[in-house]
Amino acid sequence: MKRLNKFIMYLILTLTVIITILPFIWMISASFKDIREIFSYPPTIIPDNFSFSNYLQLFAEYPFARNIFNSTFIAVTATTGSLFFCTLGGFGFAKFDFKFKNQLFLVLIASMLIPPQSIMIPLFLVFKRIGWVNTFYPLIVPGLANAFGIFFMRQYMTSIPDSLIEAARIDGGSDFYIFLKIIVPIVKPALATLGIIFFMNSWNAFVWPLIILQDIELQTIPVVLTNLQGVIYTPYNLIMAGSVISIIPLFVVFMFMQQYFISGITAGAVKQ
Amino acid sequence: MMKKNKSGLIFTSPFYILFLTFMVYPILFSFYLSFNKWNGVGEMEWVGLANYINLFRDDLVWKSMFNALFFFFTYVPVMLFLALVLAVFLNSNIKGRGFFRAAVYLPNITSLVAVAFTFQLLLDKNYGLLNMFLSYLGISSINWLGTPLGARLSIDMLMIWRWLGYNTIILLAGLQSIPEEMYEAAIIDGASKVQSFFRITVPLMKPVLLFTLVLSTIGTFRMFTEVFILTGGGPANSTLTPVVHLYNTGFNWFKFGYASSITYLIILITLILSMVQMKLLNEKEVKS
Repeated sequence: MKRLNKFIMYLILTLTVIITILPFIWMISASFKDIREIFSYPPTIIPDNFSFSNYLQLFAEYPFARNIFNSTFIAVTATTGSLFFCTLGGFGFAKFDFKFKNQLFLVLIASMLIPPQSIMIPLFLVFKRIGWVNTFYPLIVPGLANAFGIFFMRQYMTSIPDSLIEAARIDGGSDFYIFLKIIVPIVKPALATLGIIFFMNSWNAFVWPLIILQDIELQTIPVVLTNLQGVIYTPYNLIMAGSVISIIPLFVVFMFMQQYFISGITAGAVKQ
Repeated sequence: MMKKNKSGLIFTSPFYILFLTFMVYPILFSFYLSFNKWNGVGEMEWVGLANYINLFRDDLVWKSMFNALFFFFTYVPVMLFLALVLAVFLNSNIKGRGFFRAAVYLPNITSLVAVAFTFQLLLDKNYGLLNMFLSYLGISSINWLGTPLGARLSIDMLMIWRWLGYNTIILLAGLQSIPEEMYEAAIIDGASKVQSFFRITVPLMKPVLLFTLVLSTIGTFRMFTEVFILTGGGPANSTLTPVVHLYNTGFNWFKFGYASSITYLIILITLILSMVQMKLLNEKEVKS
């Protein structure tokens, strides 16, 4: 009975993993097929005519190298900038007292309730008025000091003993010096977790890049993949090749930093 | 203790500046806009409450709300049930827990655009893998993306596939916080595995389950990319979601005034949902 239970458990888990992995295998497989083989019956898992030509064509006919650079540049800039301002903001809320602090913190929490997509129309008009359409600014600047990041860092910092900060203050360190030399080194694990969340969100972002980036030279990978889709004909072979490239970076990061992804998910959950 | 000086205010000020510029101002601006007719380039025309009146007459608004509810009531129960089962399995004494956990989580870190295009291929009526498997079971080919019900179920499948692992990890963390002694005590009292699942696991997991439910509600009302790529909201608007409708109204039909009134409807609904959820979560906190 016990062995049967175990067997059923492994069976269900293995089946789930197969279903989970299958779309990835399909994506990779299709990226090495020509369009005729993608649309042939029965479908083949291992391509009959294995070839790299989709990848070559993607880079030859489209500014795809430039698109990869755009995605990377935006994700790296947004992540580093947001980490800095969110850690600073978290420090401000966790370790200082100032006028209306509690009310302002409540505003911060409340701002998380408004879904950013819901204000896409007026926000787009704001970007248009200040000349930010077709630039990277809308994808980096508004999220620099975001409520979630500040809240996350503030929660983490409340556990840092005040005596550490006091000691540095007696030594004559300014508040910003204390931030850089004492706080930042202590919160490194939280920075890794938050950094991964920011990078992932920026790298996979779709709605705002779609609205803002109009020139193909400026577009990020997800947007350019969408634009390959035509009204009559969609080159799925090229889209699959681009898709494979788009998922590689996060897969690699995930392999090496899995525990930070997991702690990012469970941070909010179990405390609740 | 805490120092009272300007530093705290200065350190937190980037948030206020960005919040006022990129959230408060746009929301106020769209309030004004919602009483106007405007295509984005010409003159604005004051129309009073016309946009809000149109909102109630707009079948697409209500259809998109209905669709969101349909998605919520179909994919969320299935997903959370499966996630709980997986979490219980992973919490028991099995080999390769780390591998299984990592594998089911992978879909969540993948670009939704890449995944949605892959699902288009997998769900293709004539050449898709799913219909091939179904044909082995003797089921004739289903037009997943071309029929209203098929398209809705396709979105459900994509949502479950993408969020199952994420929820499993949250529930697993919850299970791991249940002390082992409780189960040992139950075994001594002669409880079976199934009994202790329903008498111990489920009640103690209620807060965590509620938390995943809250996340799923928010996620459902924000759905955009899944639908935008996989079905485009079709066929016959059967998968249109509120945010996709908002996007179309603004960026395809250039009705910025009317789109602003939809903005307010979505914000209103989200706030109501959030308040209900906060009440639920608070009640739970009081109890525990």
